[in-house]
Amino acid sequence: MIQIKNFTKKYGKTTALKNVNIEFKKSECIALIGPNGSGKTTLIKSILGLVIPTEGEILFNHKSVLKEWQYRKEIGYMPQISRFPDNMKVGQLLEMMKDVRRTEHHKLDEDLIQAFNIENILNKTMSSLSGGTRQKVSACIAFLFSPQVLILDEPTAGLDPLSNEKLKQKIEKEKQKGKLILITSHVLSDLDDVVSQVVYLQESKLVFHKTIKELETSTGEQKLNRIIASIMKEPELINENVDV
Amino acid sequence: MKSIIKYIILDLLRNKIIIGYTIFLFILSASIFNLGADSSKGILSLLNIVLIFLPLVSIIFSTIYLYNSSEFIELMLTQPLKRRTILLSEFAGVSAALLLAVFIGVGIPVIIFDGSTAGWWLIIASLFLTIIFIALAFYASIATRDKSKGIGISILLWFYFALIYDGLVLFFLFSFSDYPLEKPMIALCALNPIDLARIAILLKLDISALMGYTGAVFQDFFGSSEGIIFVICALMLWAVLPCWRAFALFKKKDM
Repeated sequence: MIQIKNFTKKYGKTTALKNVNIEFKKSECIALIGPNGSGKTTLIKSILGLVIPTEGEILFNHKSVLKEWQYRKEIGYMPQISRFPDNMKVGQLLEMMKDVRRTEHHKLDEDLIQAFNIENILNKTMSSLSGGTRQKVSACIAFLFSPQVLILDEPTAGLDPLSNEKLKQKIEKEKQKGKLILITSHVLSDLDDVVSQVVYLQESKLVFHKTIKELETSTGEQKLNRIIASIMKEPELINENVDV
Repeated sequence: MKSIIKYIILDLLRNKIIIGYTIFLFILSASIFNLGADSSKGILSLLNIVLIFLPLVSIIFSTIYLYNSSEFIELMLTQPLKRRTILLSEFAGVSAALLLAVFIGVGIPVIIFDGSTAGWWLIIASLFLTIIFIALAFYASIATRDKSKGIGISILLWFYFALIYDGLVLFFLFSFSDYPLEKPMIALCALNPIDLARIAILLKLDISALMGYTGAVFQDFFGSSEGIIFVICALMLWAVLPCWRAFALFKKKDM
């Protein structure tokens, strides 16, 4: 569904990503993992067309995303930090998004709006919401239009454990429906049970892209954070791209 | 696009700074006209405030607003929308809100208390200056990623057009005082929207007689219908050029 070919991004002299090749297919749930500054957000942003590649290209359903905008109908995005115009009300924001997307009413997915009780805060202004509540609103927008691809940048940061669990359930449910889900997170324990594949980035390079099963057999560990820890200790466990 | 503009305007109309700005301008204009019986003196006093104060508020407010909306703009960019549509909506929203504030704050008192040609020119000039400085603000904040740098550039731009430019022109006048400078002066005025607005209004106030030979040349040029078209076109260019640059930069910007 999404192909990234020879992707390189430079900001001035610093290289954010170097020669990355990945392919993401339907009904995969991929965890993008890597230390700070390893290029995770750059990768996500370039899929969304927010960042323009220095070299290489990104294909969405076999079409380059450069200068395109229609393809974003199929993507729901939840950013790391959400800020909305101060005096806009939650209800107004949702209305505006519906206007922009023009999705038919019966196709709207309001599961999260109900799960997070967003109905109760429709009349509150954005500036009066806490950071966590804004994250919830942002999650609702990402899921609202039942897109084919969900891109979640640190979705669990700032959410309370209960909401976190609700969001995880929702992600699981969408995965069952055959959607492509991309998640970045530093809290690896949040990603257990949900994720089916891991993409590991380090120092602007793709280190590996493997399924959880492959990783489990090569490391002998069950939990995602253990798996990553043992790979960081012994990079030989992964037989491709052993230049960590 | 209409719906985005609608919600941006709804957000801005509840903005405390916009509300305060409107009320402040209204009280200021109304009280200036009530100070004396001669409304053309009122226009003159208002002119000096409008020329300094409106550009400053427009450019600073728009710059800060745009930086504060950066996450929102980013979110809109991830929707199935063209980049141009999003920036155009932001520009239309900010312009509509500030123009409305200026129209209520300056326009209505001028129409009520004065209503002369000079008064109408004052209104047109304030609306133009507002748009021009919003356009400059958009350019400054898209060109620089860093918020404090962007605000710094905005303040410098205002400082340049409101004060430094006139100093440079004076310096030029004194250095070349042996030459006939009336015609180059017209060109020099066109390079600064604030000067252009000032001259267009002053000449409607019949005080150009006090400006000597230059005043007569100015009156001859700016008083003619070609002169009026020239002023309007120059002001429009001042609004369009920064906007055009801002849109070109925004198209290629990494968010």
